[in-house]
Amino acid sequence: MNITGKTDAQGALGAYSATHHVCVRVPGKVQLTKKDESASPQWAAEILAIRDRQDQVAFARLFQHFAPRIKGFLMKSGTPADVAEDCAQEVMATVWRKAALFDPSRASASTWIFTIARNKRIDVVRRERRPEPEDLPWGPEAETDQEDALALEQENERLSKAISALPEKQRNLIQRAYFGDLSHRELAEETGLPLGTIKSRIRLALDRLRHEMK
Amino acid sequence: MSLINHHLTDALLMAYSAGTLPEAFSLVVATHISMCDECRARAGSFDSVGGQLLDSASGEALSDDALAATLRLIGGAAPEPRAPSTRRAPSTFPLPLQDYVGGDVDAVRWKRLGGGVRQMILPSSSDASVRLLYIPGGAAVPDHGHRGTELTLVLQGAFRDETDRFGVGDIEVATEDLEHKPVAEPGVACICLAATDAPLKFNSMIPRMLQPLFRI
Repeated sequence: MNITGKTDAQGALGAYSATHHVCVRVPGKVQLTKKDESASPQWAAEILAIRDRQDQVAFARLFQHFAPRIKGFLMKSGTPADVAEDCAQEVMATVWRKAALFDPSRASASTWIFTIARNKRIDVVRRERRPEPEDLPWGPEAETDQEDALALEQENERLSKAISALPEKQRNLIQRAYFGDLSHRELAEETGLPLGTIKSRIRLALDRLRHEMK
Repeated sequence: MSLINHHLTDALLMAYSAGTLPEAFSLVVATHISMCDECRARAGSFDSVGGQLLDSASGEALSDDALAATLRLIGGAAPEPRAPSTRRAPSTFPLPLQDYVGGDVDAVRWKRLGGGVRQMILPSSSDASVRLLYIPGGAAVPDHGHRGTELTLVLQGAFRDETDRFGVGDIEVATEDLEHKPVAEPGVACICLAATDAPLKFNSMIPRMLQPLFRI
């Protein structure tokens, strides 16, 4: 979580109240309670505010945080600045349009936005289709389990800390993989992949899937 | 769903999550994930690594009117409602594969390869190729080695080779090291989705001559 970026966003939006999203209460919908300013569930709450209320202020806050990062991510993957800028805008427009597909018990806000940005890169830069797995059938409620959402957020926090605590060489390896500098074959030859960092995240996701499918 | 014993490698899942796999491989990965909870959970976790990288990345400044331009793209439209979920009828092919075939197994336009073996090449980007293979029960796929990576996902029936048995949902990841002779188990025909990023090396003369003809 980049505190500086968030402060900028709040400054740019002037009167926007930081307490606005402390608790989102919509009858029958998910509630996400934010415990402190540095926890990332706030971004999930912003996406749900777009879904439920077409909240443009929430969108502006998301935009201030994520659009520059998407542009930076695409440029690091070798995309020219002007194309990266257009893509970042289109990715954020997709965040608005597809807000109803976001499920905070399956993916954090940054993960969901990452997948949209990645797909945009494949579509625009590589001009290829991206085959996606078949979606799981939604349960009868089709509502988010708040406990699952919080557990996932905590696990992602741990993942984030684990990645930033990695030795430079290993962190560099992950970055090169995601910025497209390493092919799958080069990845397969690398023995230094720090996969221990995601093991507990995988266990949690698998428990969640099994719970959902039963 | 039968028990799946052979899964995707971490390298393939990470590259799929990063979006750097050839389209042909992505199709096999997406089809396997559709059949395999474990790999679905692993893929989701690799996505979350991407999310963390995005979140901690240093940003690049956008133009001053970027937010306004994005709001113009949205054009005041409300977010799209989520489509109601429908349980679809059971099928042999998961949906990502059906998108490429144009339907389930009965929509496949098979071409004969000899010995009862049939194939259908699916459209994909040119850096790798992907095909459906139909191997009659008890029949063998011609003995071959690999120059690159070959992914073989079983959709119906089962095959065995020198390494193990592969049933529905199992995926074999073969590299240069593996010379193998897959044989379909007796009984129902084995249907596989196979992708490779290099032409296969056949070990006998006849298939070698046919190779350019059949694009395998």
